[in-house]
Formats: sequence, C-alpha cells, structure tokens
Amino acid sequence: MTADPLIRVIGLGKAFGRHVVLDDVRLEVRPGEAVALLGANGAGKTTFLRILATLTRPSRGSASILGHDCARAPERVRPHIGLVAHGAYVYEDLTALENLRFWTALAGLAADGAALARALAAVELERFAGERVRTFSAGMKRRLSLARFVLSRPRVLLLDEPFAGLDQRAKKWLEGYLEAFKAAGGALVMATHSFGRELALADRLVILAARAIALDTPRASMGADEIARLYRLHAEDGA
Amino acid sequence: MEHRSKETLNALVFFALLLLFVFQFALGPDRERLAAALPGLLWLGFVLAGLLGLGRTFVLERENDCWDALLLAPGDKSAIYVGKLAVNVLLMLVVEVLLLVLFTFFFNVDLVGPLPALALVMALGTLGLAAVGTLFAAMTAQVRARELLFPVLLLPVQVPVLLATVKATEAVLLGEPLSAVAHWLKLLAAADVVYVAAGVLTFDFLLES
Repeated sequence: MTADPLIRVIGLGKAFGRHVVLDDVRLEVRPGEAVALLGANGAGKTTFLRILATLTRPSRGSASILGHDCARAPERVRPHIGLVAHGAYVYEDLTALENLRFWTALAGLAADGAALARALAAVELERFAGERVRTFSAGMKRRLSLARFVLSRPRVLLLDEPFAGLDQRAKKWLEGYLEAFKAAGGALVMATHSFGRELALADRLVILAARAIALDTPRASMGADEIARLYRLHAEDGA
Repeated sequence: MEHRSKETLNALVFFALLLLFVFQFALGPDRERLAAALPGLLWLGFVLAGLLGLGRTFVLERENDCWDALLLAPGDKSAIYVGKLAVNVLLMLVVEVLLLVLFTFFFNVDLVGPLPALALVMALGTLGLAAVGTLFAAMTAQVRARELLFPVLLLPVQVPVLLATVKATEAVLLGEPLSAVAHWLKLLAAADVVYVAAGVLTFDFLLES
C-alpha cells in the first residue's frame, strides 16, 4: 500500500496584489520521495516553498504537511519541517555550539551538551564547535544550519538552491546527507534552476511555468540531455 | 552578542556624551535655568538614546538573515520578546546611569540625595519606554522606511510615560517625598503592566503578519 503523502497541495494560488505568481498548483510528495522543482527565475519556486514553510499564506487553495494546513495551523506544521534557504540562519558572532544551543532552546528541544556535540559531529563540525561562525565558509554555515535538524528530526525538508555557493567537497557531503534523509523516510522538495546534484537526488521532476505545474514526471533514468530538453520545452518555450 | 560586539552600547555612550555637550552649550552657566530644565533634559537624553538603541533591537536578525528562522521556531514566541525587552532595559539603564553621572559632574548638580527616588522613577519609566519600543521595533523591522517610521510611531504612544516620568523627576529633584508623586508612579506602573502585557500577547501575531 502506498503511504499517505507527507505533502499535499491542492489548487494552490498566490498573488501579490495584481501579480499572480502561482495558479492552481497541485502536488503530492510521499515519504522517501525527493522532488526537484525546476523553473526559470520568477516562476514561483521560492514562493511555493515559502508557502509550504508557513512563511507566506496562499491566496487560494491549500497546502498541508502531515495533514496540517500550512496557513491555518502553521504551529502544527513547523515542528515537522526544515527549511534550507539562501540564508544559513546562523548568528555570525556566536560560535557553532552557541548557535545550535540557541536554536534548539527556541524550538523547545531538550538537548544537553552531549546531544549538541553529537549533532555537530553528524555534520562534521565538531572540531569547530567553539569557533565563531563569522570564520566559517559557506559550506560550513550550510552544514551548521542542517545540524539543527539532527535534533529536531523534521519529516520534510524544503530546500531552495541547496547546492548554490558550495564547493565540491561540501556538495558531496550535502548529497550524502540528503540521501540518508530520504532513505529514513523523509520527503524532500528542492527548488532549483540548475541541472546539478538536485536532479541526481530527485525521484520526480516538477517544472513550474506560467504560474502552474507544466510537467510532473518520474525522473527514472532520464539523462541530463533529456531533462534539459523537457525544461526548454516547458519552462522556457512554454512560459 | 551585544556583550561581545558592544556595537549598540558604544554608539549609545558616544551619543550620550554628544547630547551632554549640546545641552552644556545650549544652557550655559545659568543655574536657575538649568535647575528648571533638568528633569526634561534628563528624560530627553534618555529618550533620544533609547530611540537609537531600541531601533536596533532586531538588526542582528536582519544582518544575519535570521528573521524567517525566528518565525519558523515552533512554540510560543513571546519568549523572544521578553528576552529582547530585558536586554533593551539593561542597555538603556546603563546609558541612563552614565548620563546621570555625567550630568552630576558637568552641571554640578546634587543628585545623591534624591537618588533612591530617582532610581525608582527611572526604572519604571525605562521599562515603559522599552516595552513599547521593543514591540514597535519588531513591527517596523522588515519595513523599508523603518528608521523614519519607528520614532514617528513610538513617540506619540510614549506620551503618558514621558509625562509621568518628567513630572515625577521634577518633584523628586525638588526634594519632595515619594508620597507626593505617588499618583505619577501609579500611572507609570500601570502603563508598564499594560505595555508589557500587550507586548507578550501580541508579539506572536506581529511576527506572523
């Protein structure tokens, strides 16, 4: 029996004033599934992720995570999601350990020193626990932002250009982390406009164009050329 | 973070010194004029320095791109308001004490006698200023014209607190007992309770909207 979807989006629409960004978007993502959300700049990828992350309310339709409506019950959704966006959500004047302690305390998670140390070790930052984040590379900051999820254990990860700005080593690490997250039954939605590692991780390709989902297809054994062709067909020519 | 960087504290201290020089030149050596203007001057200094500090309440979240992360934290967010309020009160009190000490030396006024009563008025007034200031700082944190909007929104709401603090300070500096200013102190305490309660109850809604 197919598991119930972790993410369910029905008839979702979003407008900023008279500017319609999304219109009648439908999507379901099941446990252990990774969706690569492709689209040109301005297609609505970030807006879609922000609605799922409860940071923006839709204008119509609904988005729910684990059965909780993102707009009506954001407090029930937030313990189950993790957002990896352009910012790393870390305070640069605090150390790695202090950042982790602050965010876990704010989330109401009981985490002693040993648990915090284990979380940092899981993202390979245990040697830098006492270093101020200001001295970290982009990849290290990204790893630190993921360390919170070791403790909060979200079921859904929402990622906006997750590999952008990372060096090869950091990209490889992140890829392994996301594979493990998927294997543990988590759901991933990765917004991107590049054909990089997000596609290798993805089980499905969803192309956003003209304010709606133009294509939703299993990635299966699709090569980069085929994906690029579909992207040009739907996201660029169809826009 | 403020303890490490001392960005806000340093700025407030230099601003307080600047205010002192301006007052010194504006009033000159006339003792009577100074005595009459002192309560208002003190609180003008406190409020102006407070505006500068309160306006920076959420600057760390903006600079470190952490605003969304605050919003995403599960649970009741009034703890964030209470934490920010506590830091603001502490910062403002440090600057106020410094201003008070400098006033004593620069203007050769005796503030030792009325100090306990003055300390009570300062504590109550500072809490009221900081309670609303912290809330309005959150309200304007993500707005483009926040540096302009923040004082424009804040100062009218502060009128009851400012009136009570200046009047109470005036009486205390004239040597009147606390019982003579009890009605002003009650107004201050009531304003503090209302402002802090409003902050705690509405902060969550403010972040979400």
